[in-house]
Amino acid sequence: MAADSRTPLVEMRNIYVSFGGVHAVDNCTITLYPGEVVGLVGGNGAGKSTLMKVLSGAYRKDSGEILIDGKPVAIHNPRDAKALGIETIYQTLALADNVDAPANLFLGREVMTRWGTLHDVAMEAATRKVMGRLNPHFKGFKTPVKSLSGGQRQSVAIARAIHFNARILIMDEPTAALGPAETAQVRDLIKQLKKEGIGIFLISHELRDVFDLADRISVMKNGRMVGTVDRHDVDMDEVLGMIIGGTLPKTANVTNAYVEARP
Amino acid sequence: MSEVVGTTGRPPGGGAANRAGPIRGFMQATEIDARMLGMVLALAIVWIGFHIVSGGVFLTPRNLWNLSVQTSTVAIMATGMVLVIVSRNIDLSVGSLLGLLAMIMGALQTEILPSFVGYDYSFTWIIVLAAGLLLGALIGAVQGFVIAFLGVPAFIVTLGGLLVWRGAAWWVASGRTLAPLDSTFQMMGGGGNGSIGATMSWILGAIACFGIIFAIISSRRQRQRFDFPLRPVWAEVTLAIIGCAAVLGAVAVINAYPMPVGLARAYAAAHGIPWPEGGLSISLGIPIPVLIALGVALVVTFVATRTRFGRYVFAFGGNPEAAELGGINTRWIIMKVFILMGVLCGISAAVASARLNAATNSLGTNDELYVIAATVIGGTSFSGGIGTVPGAILGALVMQSLQSGMQLMGIASPLQNIVVGLVLVLAVGIDTAYRRRTA
Ligand SMILES: Nc1ncnc2c1ncn2[C@@H]1O[C@H](COP(=O)(O)OP(=O)(O)OP(=O)(O)O)[C@@H](O)[C@H]1O
Ligand SMILES: [Mg+2]
Repeated sequence: MAADSRTPLVEMRNIYVSFGGVHAVDNCTITLYPGEVVGLVGGNGAGKSTLMKVLSGAYRKDSGEILIDGKPVAIHNPRDAKALGIETIYQTLALADNVDAPANLFLGREVMTRWGTLHDVAMEAATRKVMGRLNPHFKGFKTPVKSLSGGQRQSVAIARAIHFNARILIMDEPTAALGPAETAQVRDLIKQLKKEGIGIFLISHELRDVFDLADRISVMKNGRMVGTVDRHDVDMDEVLGMIIGGTLPKTANVTNAYVEARP
Repeated sequence: MSEVVGTTGRPPGGGAANRAGPIRGFMQATEIDARMLGMVLALAIVWIGFHIVSGGVFLTPRNLWNLSVQTSTVAIMATGMVLVIVSRNIDLSVGSLLGLLAMIMGALQTEILPSFVGYDYSFTWIIVLAAGLLLGALIGAVQGFVIAFLGVPAFIVTLGGLLVWRGAAWWVASGRTLAPLDSTFQMMGGGGNGSIGATMSWILGAIACFGIIFAIISSRRQRQRFDFPLRPVWAEVTLAIIGCAAVLGAVAVINAYPMPVGLARAYAAAHGIPWPEGGLSISLGIPIPVLIALGVALVVTFVATRTRFGRYVFAFGGNPEAAELGGINTRWIIMKVFILMGVLCGISAAVASARLNAATNSLGTNDELYVIAATVIGGTSFSGGIGTVPGAILGALVMQSLQSGMQLMGIASPLQNIVVGLVLVLAVGIDTAYRRRTA
């Protein structure tokens, strides 16, 4: 695409992560442009979440480079990532179960009164507003999120990620627990955010969603990047082939494919 | 009830209001916490039970006055222990730390400061107290650092602390008892001049009532401003009445306890009041240690519920990983919890030694057990993320009531221990069962 002439919003170069002896992420390179959705797909345990957690500050990389707007950055913890405008919807949601939805939405970024105390009422009001956009039937603003349904919890996690004007959004299986209506809402939301120029990494096992939403598709297998292809250059069978067999499509232009040997 | 609870608009408490009886409806409208109410009821049962079996000496102003003083040191530390346990930690060192800090404050006021400024210098008490709190914070910081940043389990670190600080307490004066303490410092213990008198007690009671009403009104205003569902007016009024009645009732009971004859005589002489035939009945008023405990409870409740720090402690307790991913500096939060615990040990040490008018190196022995017991009886859960400061205060009161009551009845101390131990397990058992049913 024409996107290649611009500076990428995110560029993760030659990232390695290992847990003990396991190479969870092995020399992966992936890029993201403003206003672009990159679908990140692969089988279970391929290393998708791990790669994205490096970007969100949850895991440290063993080696490799991260560039934001073309400049190298150091991300040591989630605070660093948030400061760079990176927001994440984790596969495990990462909610504090014993506090309510507003407290979760604003966790780490509470609204304070001018007396320096928690402004719970303002946070609840803001939460009602965001949730109205995401999941209009949402109830239970005062109950611990532990007692919400799986889908409601997911809505809270999504609300938290979009509320703070992220520039880069990581969505790890954002609709896994959602009903059809709520899933449609999230799909619209992704299109809307894209229009606003936000870059989105979308991890999903639902290939139809990925084809519907993504501009490019990156495929991982066994910790390695099989390659990145343009959505319009491939069909679903070719992507399935990449996921399952690691075979590259013959006609499409593939970038960032795995190369042997550490730099 | 049906006009209050329509089919569309539920009261903010939520839940199955439609099949609610009048009691449940009342609880929902007023948003009174059922667990807290249960604890108050348990306390009432303990009190009335002892009153009956002791032949009417338990629920007397004199006994309740003493009970309140005896509860304060454990209550002060229990407020901090709530945050410690909510954040999935434990502090076994509080009793020993109390002993060490009491000894250091004792040495400071009986031996070190007098050699510079003489005895009973007017600022001695505040210098001593400041030093005690500072040192408490420092020791708490050290323990907290090892726990949070070096990753040694709190159980181990504070078990070590239990031994280390108790040993250190002995070293301060090679096991000697340090007495008598500074006369102003002594007031923190509640003996002699350690109460504020009837008039001041009523004034404080009135201020507390205004505080309650102000809090209810301002929270209602805020919710109104954001168009949130409101509690029915009758519920707000009932809450205000219950709150004010509790405060004023407590002041009335406390004020009904007159000074002992010796103290009253001295007071009369000092104020030039002639000593009448039948003696004088002068109220002692609220004891200063109780005021300190209430003040601490208020501050720690505020910290736990209204500040960022408190929010993070609870969020961490609920899900440590989520707190970390949320961008919270969780290590620093844990370290601050232990710093707060150290400061509270300092306050408790001042109260305990002032009450005894002496510092001994065994002061606070076994207190860690009472503090932890009070905290968990008060509904704080070891699985983390759940607990309240008022609950812990009630827990401390229940524990102290059991002990005083049994002492009053002349029950042998081994049996007392057995009863307290059983009650601890029973209370937590009931709480766990209740929580499982409502979760
Ligand atoms: N914290 C961890 N400790 C040890 N091993 C880990 C850890 N996190 C991930 N792994 C390992 O890294 C590999 C990649 O896991 P990852 O969660 O990134 O997969 P994934 O592609 O997100 O899979 P899924 O589709 O199932 O979510 C797996 O083999 C997993 O066992
Ligand atoms: Mg995953």
